[in-house]
Amino acid sequence: MPDGRVDRPREAARDVAGGSDELLRMTGIVKHFPGAKALDGVDLVVRAGEVHCVLGQNGAGKSTLIKVLAGAHAPTAGQIVWQGEPLTLADPVAAIRAGIATMYQELDVVDGLTVAENVYLGHEMSTLGVTRRRDVERRTKELLARLGHSEIEPGTEVGSLSAAGKQIVSMARALSHDARLIVMDEPSAVLDSEEVDNLFGTVRDLTAAGVGIVYISHRLEEIRAIGDRITVIKDGRSVATDLAVADVPTPELIRLMTGRTVEGFPQRRALPADAEELLVVEGLAADGVFEDVSFTVRAGEVVGLAGLVGAGRSEILETVYGARRATAGSVRVGGRRLRAGSVAAAVRAGVGLAPEERKSQGLLLGEPVYRNITLTSFGRFAKGGLLDEKAERAAATEQIRAMELRPADPDRVVGTLSGGNQQKAMLARWLVHGCRVLLLDEPTRGVDVGARAEIYALVDQLAASGAAVVVVSSEIPEVLGLADRVLVVSDGRVVHTGPADQIDEHGVLDLVMEGRAA
Amino acid sequence: MSQNTPDLATAGSVPPDDEGGAPPTPLQRTGATPGAGPAPAGEGSAVTRLLSSDTGRTLGLVAVLVLIVVAGVATAGSQFASVPTAFTILNYAAVIGVVSIGMTFVITGGGIDLSVGSLVGLSSIWASTVATQTIAAGSHWAVMVFTAVAVGAVAGLVTGAVVAYGKVVAFIATLAMLIAARGLAELIAQNRTQVLDPDTGYSDALTGRVLGVPVLIWVFALVSLAGWFLLNRTTFGRRTVAVGGNPEAARLAGIKVQRHTMYLYALSGTCAGLGGAMILARVNSGSSTNGTLYELDAIAAVVIGGTLLAGGRGTVLGTVLGVLIFATLQNVFVQNNLSISTQSIAKGAIIVVAVLLQQRLAARRAPRRAG
Repeated sequence: MPDGRVDRPREAARDVAGGSDELLRMTGIVKHFPGAKALDGVDLVVRAGEVHCVLGQNGAGKSTLIKVLAGAHAPTAGQIVWQGEPLTLADPVAAIRAGIATMYQELDVVDGLTVAENVYLGHEMSTLGVTRRRDVERRTKELLARLGHSEIEPGTEVGSLSAAGKQIVSMARALSHDARLIVMDEPSAVLDSEEVDNLFGTVRDLTAAGVGIVYISHRLEEIRAIGDRITVIKDGRSVATDLAVADVPTPELIRLMTGRTVEGFPQRRALPADAEELLVVEGLAADGVFEDVSFTVRAGEVVGLAGLVGAGRSEILETVYGARRATAGSVRVGGRRLRAGSVAAAVRAGVGLAPEERKSQGLLLGEPVYRNITLTSFGRFAKGGLLDEKAERAAATEQIRAMELRPADPDRVVGTLSGGNQQKAMLARWLVHGCRVLLLDEPTRGVDVGARAEIYALVDQLAASGAAVVVVSSEIPEVLGLADRVLVVSDGRVVHTGPADQIDEHGVLDLVMEGRAA
Repeated sequence: MSQNTPDLATAGSVPPDDEGGAPPTPLQRTGATPGAGPAPAGEGSAVTRLLSSDTGRTLGLVAVLVLIVVAGVATAGSQFASVPTAFTILNYAAVIGVVSIGMTFVITGGGIDLSVGSLVGLSSIWASTVATQTIAAGSHWAVMVFTAVAVGAVAGLVTGAVVAYGKVVAFIATLAMLIAARGLAELIAQNRTQVLDPDTGYSDALTGRVLGVPVLIWVFALVSLAGWFLLNRTTFGRRTVAVGGNPEAARLAGIKVQRHTMYLYALSGTCAGLGGAMILARVNSGSSTNGTLYELDAIAAVVIGGTLLAGGRGTVLGTVLGVLIFATLQNVFVQNNLSISTQSIAKGAIIVVAVLLQQRLAARRAPRRAG
């Protein structure tokens, strides 16, 4: 074990030919589920001290691969060689014993326990069943210090930490097992850009100590920043292995993942001068969250809200929608003032929201696609309280066809769809409902690169059909690419309003930083 | 297969299989557009889904019921296999059944109602006070039915308001109503049993027969039909499923979640009130102990019927079968002179086995909610 911790120059890991420090070799991994082939021949080689990125669209089989590696799924066929010896992972405990730790996408920490209790969850240090609190706290402190986060107290309740803090706890837990390989499933999904930088610092420290990292992410720019080598998975197979990050251009990666080149953002057209001001927000405020937010959106216009996570972007959308109570200000749709704090009033006025957390805020995961699409409009299809499911299905099917939602089955349970198709179902809901104002919060979160372009095109079409669209996204280029005008939000205040084509990502970030300093 | 939650990403990769494993997504797109291709596949999966889920589950419950009946015939013979016995079972099932239909709605909507047993008692007392019976004797027995139903409805509305707007956990709010309603019933009755006055015509009307079938059984049948219709064919039912399945999504879709939640408890209270009116006819007297522990029988029937205790999925047919299973079981035990205690053990075992089976089926059928 100690020789694995020897500091090696990072360049060694980039040396594709160097195979002596090989940590993990998976060959021809196949996994069948009843009725579906999830993995159909995946090869993956990870070396000590490298960040190995696994890329693939939703449904490509990344999650299944992780679960095989974590011991949660037994592979149907294929071999795993771990530090030169064949390894069979019967259950998650076996994987942890071998030194493979997994950080799942959904943070797997227990909010009601302290940091130290979470780190040693499942392998508590105890004497005769009594936990050795002091030892646990001391060791936790050491682990947190090693991760460069000695500011987190072992005795703090995890529920009071930010998402980034929870991630650190999850990482400390992995380290507490003496993990030689840490699998990170989209670790940046819940972090803002500053926190992502911290995460990268921690990852670099880990690799410098000889730990191998399997890093899964949708965000290509992150892979550029942190990755050493890449394995691309498509339809359950590895279509490219051991690509050095520096050698592969982004379009090539997208081509490998999707089998086609992704067209970027749709070209925005000039608005007619007499376009109606559909959404008028004046002096909107919510105590302690944001203040004095004013903007207008005209028919056919896309307005973007840019800023960091926690700046108040989502809260502004939710307040416009009536899901949060405003403490001041007004929202007008088509000239008529909306009753504050009433979602029903907003929906009636033709305002739609595609919320940030699709699964927890948007969808009935156990219900069929068509009922999710008609969730806001089933009452309108109904006659005197009696449902007309035939009409609902017909309307839903029409949108499913038009949006190329896959699979094109209105009775399919929505929870079984990929992220991109779930998002299409959310948009279809508002298309069936008929929206004048559409509020989109993180429309491409958890949506793979291929489907993103389709979502972008849909947003463009919606605007072209005369809707007023407001987009919030953590990815600044996405906001700038989609919107006609952009509002930069920092610490609950709008610090800049202007045309989207006259500002770039750096400009937005500068404004955000200035806003914070002020 | 150590994981009983199939991977969402995995399920998402199923579609290529529809086209014989043609992998590239772009091809899939163009292939899906004509509409001729995917439609049969959709129907096929709908049939499989139907067989493996609702129908399958219902058939399972019917099988259990048949098994119990067979056991009854085998042990008690012709004494069991008779029309009077069937009516006895159904008459007993009727009150619990009506209460359970209301409970099905509350549970589907993501709640629980522990107060129903007490409300059966309270409404049977209120409908049989000297004052109410005197008015009924002077006008019509329906006054008593109306009183019972109104008492249940108002009490349910109060509990519902406390749960929905007061944001008190349903378990606690309905537990409070359970205790308070029982106390109020005792206070009104002053621990006396209120026997029905024949002059009201109440007993004659409700213990009689229509087309050879006892009235209470008709009431149970009609309430069941109405409940099925309400849950599956109306906007009220759809809202109930949405509120129970994902309250936040329902709220953001413009559904008035709080108001609907209140209505659900009012509905459950109404059913309990009707149950009170029915038990009054069955035992010929109002008593504050009427309906004791009915809440547990109702919850048990609803859960073995297949309604998800966490909310978001409900089945009235399942509830009816659940009620019939317990009622028949009780009768079989009585016919064989077995004690109430052995009956309770069997009931407990049935609940556990039924729920275990359901979980196995659900895990095989579809991914459960991910978060």
